[in-house]
Amino acid sequence: MTTEAQTVTEREGRAGGGMQTFMRLFRQFGTTGIFILLVIAAATQSDAFLTERNIMNVLRQMSGIGIMAIGMLFVILTRGIDLSVGSLAALGAVASAFLIQQYDLWLALTFVVLMGAACGAASGFLIAFMKLPAFVITLAMMTAARGFALIMSNGQPIMPGTDGAALQAWGTSFALGLPNPALLMVILFALAFVVLNFTRYGRLIKAIGSNPDAVRLSGINVPLHVMSVYVISGALATIAGVIVTARSGVGSASVGVGQELDVIAAVVIGGASLMGGRGGVINTFIGVMILGVIGNIMNLAGVPGYHQQVYLGAIIVVAVVLQHGTQLFRR
Amino acid sequence: MQSLVELVDITKSFAGIRALSHVNFELQPGEVHSLVGENGAGKSTLMRVLGGEMRAETGHVAIGGEQVRLSGPTDAIKRGISIIHQEMALAPDLSVAENIFLGELPQAIVWPELNKRASALISSLGFDISPSTTVSDLSVAHQQVVEIAKALSRNAKVMVFDEPTAVLSMGDAQRLLDIIRTLRGQGVGIVYISHRLDEVFAISDRISVLKDGANVETVIPGEVDVDGLIRLMVGRPLSQLFGEKPETKIGEVALKVTDLTLPNGISNVSFEVRRGEVLGLGGLVGSGRTEVARAIFGADPITSGTMELEGKPYKPRSPKQAVKRGIGLVPEDRKGQGVVLDMAIRNNATMAWTRPVTTLFGFFNPAKERAAVSRLIDTLRIKLGDMTDPVSSLSGGNQQKVVLAKWFHAQGNVIILDEPTRGVDVGAKIEIYSLIHRLAAEGKAVIVISSEHAELFGLCDRVLVMGDGQLRGELAKDRYTEENLLSLSIAGSATKAREAGL
Repeated sequence: MTTEAQTVTEREGRAGGGMQTFMRLFRQFGTTGIFILLVIAAATQSDAFLTERNIMNVLRQMSGIGIMAIGMLFVILTRGIDLSVGSLAALGAVASAFLIQQYDLWLALTFVVLMGAACGAASGFLIAFMKLPAFVITLAMMTAARGFALIMSNGQPIMPGTDGAALQAWGTSFALGLPNPALLMVILFALAFVVLNFTRYGRLIKAIGSNPDAVRLSGINVPLHVMSVYVISGALATIAGVIVTARSGVGSASVGVGQELDVIAAVVIGGASLMGGRGGVINTFIGVMILGVIGNIMNLAGVPGYHQQVYLGAIIVVAVVLQHGTQLFRR
Repeated sequence: MQSLVELVDITKSFAGIRALSHVNFELQPGEVHSLVGENGAGKSTLMRVLGGEMRAETGHVAIGGEQVRLSGPTDAIKRGISIIHQEMALAPDLSVAENIFLGELPQAIVWPELNKRASALISSLGFDISPSTTVSDLSVAHQQVVEIAKALSRNAKVMVFDEPTAVLSMGDAQRLLDIIRTLRGQGVGIVYISHRLDEVFAISDRISVLKDGANVETVIPGEVDVDGLIRLMVGRPLSQLFGEKPETKIGEVALKVTDLTLPNGISNVSFEVRRGEVLGLGGLVGSGRTEVARAIFGADPITSGTMELEGKPYKPRSPKQAVKRGIGLVPEDRKGQGVVLDMAIRNNATMAWTRPVTTLFGFFNPAKERAAVSRLIDTLRIKLGDMTDPVSSLSGGNQQKVVLAKWFHAQGNVIILDEPTRGVDVGAKIEIYSLIHRLAAEGKAVIVISSEHAELFGLCDRVLVMGDGQLRGELAKDRYTEENLLSLSIAGSATKAREAGL
């Protein structure tokens, strides 16, 4: 009797057949597919698109958003959100320009990143241990950090001194065939990939978003892990800010205004679920690139800036519908 | 023999209310000791004390004869106590192997090695599940196997099963009981909590009864029968459980379903249900009962087939249309689909039909609503603090009554109840049964889906049996036996398996 019952269960498990297999494949490779289609479309639209110079440009432009997206992915995996990344990037941009005037370059940069981590820790503590909503806490941090950046810069762009020149030299040169900021982004993505897929820490982050109770009942300190993702996100956001200073040579408090939304969009286009537990590093990278290619092709095609925002909004919706619309067929 | 675990003189209160009062419980290695009692009798609280989730006010916990002070769930797990939770404690987006080793993943993960260890554990339970499968892709039964493997991986000496079979089909429940017997053979001590008393009798070495937070008695299965056990639990015998169905006149055909075929594997289902009739829908979990109910309620699309309501064609495209035509559904997933947990009881009760309690332009008329809800609370005898409290403040049985209240209020003609007493204690069951009879007596057509034979037989005028998405047959009252029901639900799949050469 038991074997027959099991046959029933197993058949049930496999029910759905072709359509579901297709949808599973799409869920897995959908983001990549959208990206490839977009690249093909872009290449047919403009000869300038597939040139080395243009590709390097896109990579360099997206490096800040990409680095922030890594932190955001970790946050979103735990069912959280971090609205403060754009402001923390501004803080990173201003503080790095400010501090390298007076201190050793590496000392200054280390301090800047620690500052980002500390801001993240503050948000993370309130969210994870005091159980306050991430949306509100990081919204407050977003406002406060921007204000702090404005105070530090007195509202004026800060020109770093000679050490700043060294930073700018790094920011505008190449290594291993990539612009340095893009190389840093790729290295951080690779690191994140290993952490998320091959370490206890990474799997627990994913597990917490999937079912926090299960993790807690396995004897794991869930709040500490949740807090840690905001630390990571804060640190990475200031690194993104340093990159802006490195590329432009000035530290400005207006860096990254509204960029938290681009970052969230990139992560979501990459297929991560805001309900937590679902999302991957490679897909997030592709999500970032999709965002970059869309902006780039519109620039190349001469779409006016205001129009670009409307198209961008529409394209994000289409991408997310293609990603998540698959769930409509899951029943 | 040295006890594996001893709970001595445990007392625990919540907000001044005694949940447990000087309770004792003892477990031997290689023993299945069942814990029964109504919901709210204190079983879960007692197990939370054992699992380190709560600390008792008086008394102590001893493990292996040594008095311990559990600092939390982690501590309990370390000492070999694993609780297989009622709501599955698995991370659905992670793989089987990760879930099994969640608490003790190595800092750096080598997947092939982890998968190999997971496979070994699963096959020791007599199952074959790929360790890299994502848990959300598994059937409920297989998810439970993963839960047990997880406990095994922590070298659990004591396993607490809290309502493990509530969500399983009959066949899977049998397999689970087999696993428990295997574990017992290996010397694991098992605490088994279930409302399904036939299982309790089949598996237990000892049965302890709790009532109102206190020990009633510990019995051995041979010493007492189901009736006796129920009397210990509630103070009344089984024959009174279903009550007498009041004489009702079975009238016109209310709903007629012809050749209903759905995209999810339901094919050619035809039946009719009359006013005043209670029609049972039995069969294994996954045989398509819920799908049929959802289709009638307009929740899922129909491929082909026709339906007639009160003699007029009926083709619902949404639950809204179904409600408008007088159909009500009490879904099997109460918390997920039956009620809005955080919303007030009164709003839940009137949700399906707001017209009588609203004024022009859809503003609520609080006085009218309060009056209507008061009537419902009286009719259904819902035990609550205040009707503005959230539904989540109620016990499972009373939550279910709120769902029923919704359809009492909406005045439907055809009410479908999917597993109406799942996770509900015996006392509330009795009340729900009498409410179902009352619906029928008022001339409504009632369809009851249930996995408990006793419930189908005690409640229904006729029972239809489904299997593999088809209607397998019908049992009239004189053919109400467990064997008949089982052979109808399983026969077809066995034939099919033979045809396929298995």
